Amino acid sequence: MSSLFIDRLTKRFGEFTALDSMSFEVGSGEIFGFVGSNGAGKTTTMRIVLGVLSADSGQVSWQGRPLDLVSRRTVGYMPEERGLYPRMTVGEQLVYLARLHGLARSSATDAMERWTERLGIADRQTDEVMRLSLGNQQRVQLAAALIHQPDILVLDEPFSGLDPVAVDVMSEVLREQADRGVPVLFSSHQLDLVERLCDRVGIVRAGRMEADGTIEELRATAVPRWELVSDAAPAGWAGSVTGVRVVSEDGPRTVVETGIDGADQQALAAALAYGPVRAFGPVRPSLTELFRHVVSEPTPRPRTGGPDTPAPSGPLGGTS
Amino acid sequence: MSARSERSTVWLIASRELRARLLSKSFIWTTTVLVVIVVAGGLVLNLAQRSSTASDVSVGLTPQSAASAPLLAALSKASGLEVTTEEVSEDAGTRSVRDGDLDALLIPTDDGYRVVVDEALDTRLSAILTSLAGQRVLGEQITALGGDPASVNAAVAGAVVDVDRLKPAEEVDGGQVVAGYLAGILLFMALMTCGQLITQGVVEEKTSRVVEVLLATVRPWQLLVGKISGIGGVGLVQVLAVVAASVGSALGFGLLDGTSLDLGAAAGWTVLWFLVGFTLFAIALAAAASLVSRQEDVGSVTGPIMTLMVIPYAIGVSIGPWDPNNPLMVWMSYLPFCSPLVMPIRVAVGGAGTGEALIALAINLAVIPLLIWLAARIYGNAVLHTGGRLRLRTALGGRAA
Ligand SMILES: Nc1ncnc2c1ncn2[C@@H]1O[C@H](COP(=O)(O)OP(=O)(O)OP(=O)(O)O)[C@@H](O)[C@H]1O
Ligand SMILES: [Mg+2]
Repeated sequence: MSSLFIDRLTKRFGEFTALDSMSFEVGSGEIFGFVGSNGAGKTTTMRIVLGVLSADSGQVSWQGRPLDLVSRRTVGYMPEERGLYPRMTVGEQLVYLARLHGLARSSATDAMERWTERLGIADRQTDEVMRLSLGNQQRVQLAAALIHQPDILVLDEPFSGLDPVAVDVMSEVLREQADRGVPVLFSSHQLDLVERLCDRVGIVRAGRMEADGTIEELRATAVPRWELVSDAAPAGWAGSVTGVRVVSEDGPRTVVETGIDGADQQALAAALAYGPVRAFGPVRPSLTELFRHVVSEPTPRPRTGGPDTPAPSGPLGGTS
Repeated sequence: MSARSERSTVWLIASRELRARLLSKSFIWTTTVLVVIVVAGGLVLNLAQRSSTASDVSVGLTPQSAASAPLLAALSKASGLEVTTEEVSEDAGTRSVRDGDLDALLIPTDDGYRVVVDEALDTRLSAILTSLAGQRVLGEQITALGGDPASVNAAVAGAVVDVDRLKPAEEVDGGQVVAGYLAGILLFMALMTCGQLITQGVVEEKTSRVVEVLLATVRPWQLLVGKISGIGGVGLVQVLAVVAASVGSALGFGLLDGTSLDLGAAAGWTVLWFLVGFTLFAIALAAAASLVSRQEDVGSVTGPIMTLMVIPYAIGVSIGPWDPNNPLMVWMSYLPFCSPLVMPIRVAVGGAGTGEALIALAINLAVIPLLIWLAARIYGNAVLHTGGRLRLRTALGGRAA
C-alpha cells in the first residue's frame, strides 16, 4: 500500500482561516496521532480527506493520485459526531454501510458477523442502535469504519467515551490494521494514549502542522531539560547560572532548561559547590509537555492568511 | 465509478428506504385504514343504491278500483316510478298499509279517490294518483260524450315530448363526482404522507449525522435520488392499493351502473399524477428540509411548499367535482405543482380530456429538470451543515460548509 499525503490544505470559513497550508504524510502501516487544541483544525482536515468538505486549495493524494470518490470507498471513516441510523438494527446498519462501500451481500454479512464478534457487540446485532449505550454505539461506529476492509483509516477521536477494556480493544485493532499496511490517522486529546500507540505524532495549531515526527524526534526538537536533586543547595541556587532557566523547584528537586551546550554541566558544578548532589539526569518530556510547549508559543502568524501563504518546506510540515 | 455501480448505489439507498418504510407500523396501518375506508364506502353506496331502486311503490286496489290498474301502470311508466298493484279488500289493505307491506291503498269515491297511507304520501305517487283521478273524471265525461275512454287514455298516456338539447347535458353524474372526490383526496393524502416521509428522512439523516458517513462514499445526488425513489415506491404501493380497492369495490358492488365514468382512465391518471406530483414535491421538500438540522424546524422551511399542496387540494375538491371547468380550476390544472392535485379531478369528472391532461403533464415534466438542478445544489451544500437554519441564498451560492 502507499502513504497518504495531505498537501497544503487551506480552508476558510468566511473570513476565518481554519486550515492554513496543512501538510503531513501518513505512511503505509503507520499509526499517526493527530493532536491539537480544540478548534485547531483536526476535524476540518479529516473531513476534507473524506471529501465531505472541500478545501479551498491543496490536495489529498494516495498512491500518487488525488483521492477521489472511487478511492474514498476504500477509506474507513469515523466522524467526530457519530452517525448511525438510530432506528436501524446494528446488523442491518453494518451490512448496509458495507454494501455502500461495494461489498456483496454475503461478504457484507460475513464481515458484520466478524466485526461485531471482535468488538464485543455480537449479542446486540438485532438491537436498534439507539438502544445501545454511548460506548457500544461507538463500537458500532468503529465496526462501520472497518467493515469493508479499508485501505486507509481516518478516525476522529475514536477513543472518546470508551471504557478501558474497549480502549485496549481499539488500540489492538488499530495496530492490527496498521500491520496490514494501512495508513491509520486518528485524532485524540488523550495524549498518553497517543504517546503509547502512535508511530508518529503531528501537533496542529491554528490550522497548521507545527511539529510532526516520532516522539523521539519531537523530543529532540524540544529545549533539553535536566533534573537535579540536592539537599544542600539553597532555594533559587540555579537562578544565577548562565544559559539555564529554572522550570520548577520543589524542595530538593530542581528542573532546569538549558539554552546553550554545556550549561547542564555548569548547573551541576554550581550545585556541587553547595554540597552533594544525589541525582542528576536529563528529563524526557512527555507528549503532554511537548504539546504544551508547542501550543503555548506565541502565535507565529496571523490566522487570516490566504491560500498563497508560503508553504512549509516539502510535504512534511515544518517543525517549530 | 461505473454507471452500473452508480445505479446500484442508488438502488441500495432506495431499497433501504423501501424496506424501512414498508415494514413500518405506521405505513401498514394507514394503508390498511385507507383500503378499509374505500371498501366500506363502496359498500355503503351499494346499499344506498339498492334501497333506492327497491323503492318501487306498491299500491293496493280495492275491487271497485281494480279497473284503474292498467291506467295506473301506464301513468307510472311515463313518470319513471315503478308501481306494482295488488287487489285487496279494504280492511286487509288498510292492515297491510299499517304493516308497511303496501305503500298506499286506493279506494274510489264519488268524485275521486281516497288514499290510505301509513304516514305520508310519496310526492311522485301523489302526482300519479292526482293525474289518475283526473283521467277517471275525464273518462266519465268521454263516456258521457259517447267516446271510448280506454283508447283516449292510452293515447294520452303514450304521448311523449321529444327534448331537443341545443347544449350537451352538463348534468352531474354521481359516479364521476365520487371518482373526482376520491382522486383528489387520495392524491392529497398520498402526497402529504410521502412528503412528510421525505422531510423526516432528510432531517433524520442530518440530525443523526449519519449523512457524513454516507457522503464519504456516495454523492449527494445519489443519496437524494435514492431516497426519493425509495419513498416514492412506498407511496406508489399505497396509491396502488387504494386505487385497486376503489376499482375493485366499484366493480364488485356494481357502482358503475348509470354512470359514464371511465374507471380505467380515472385510475390510470390518478396513479400517473401521483408519480409526477410526488416527484415535484419530493424534490422541493428534500431540498427545503436539508436547510435545517432539527425536526422542530422543518415546518418553517417546508411551509410554503405544503401550502402549494393544500390550496389546490382545497379548491380542487370543493369546486372540482361540481364545476370542473370553472376558470380557476382550468387555470390551476396547468400550473406546475397544482396540476397533480387538480387535473385528475377534472379528468375523473369528465371536465378535461386526454389532450388537456397530456398538455398539463408535459408542463409539469418540463419543470422537473430545473427543479432537480436547484435541489441538488441546495441539498449538496446544505446537507452537511449543522447548527441553525441555513439561508436559502447561502445554500444556493455554494459557500456553505
Ligand atoms: N462549518 C463551519 N463554519 C464555520 N467555522 C467552522 C466550521 N467548521 C469548523 N469551523 C471552525 O474551524 C476551526 C477548526 O475546527 P475543527 O473542528 O477542525 O477543530 P478540531 O481541531 O477538530 O477541534 P476539536 O478538538 O475541538 O474537535 C474551528 O475554529 C471551528 O470553529
Ligand atoms: Mg474535532
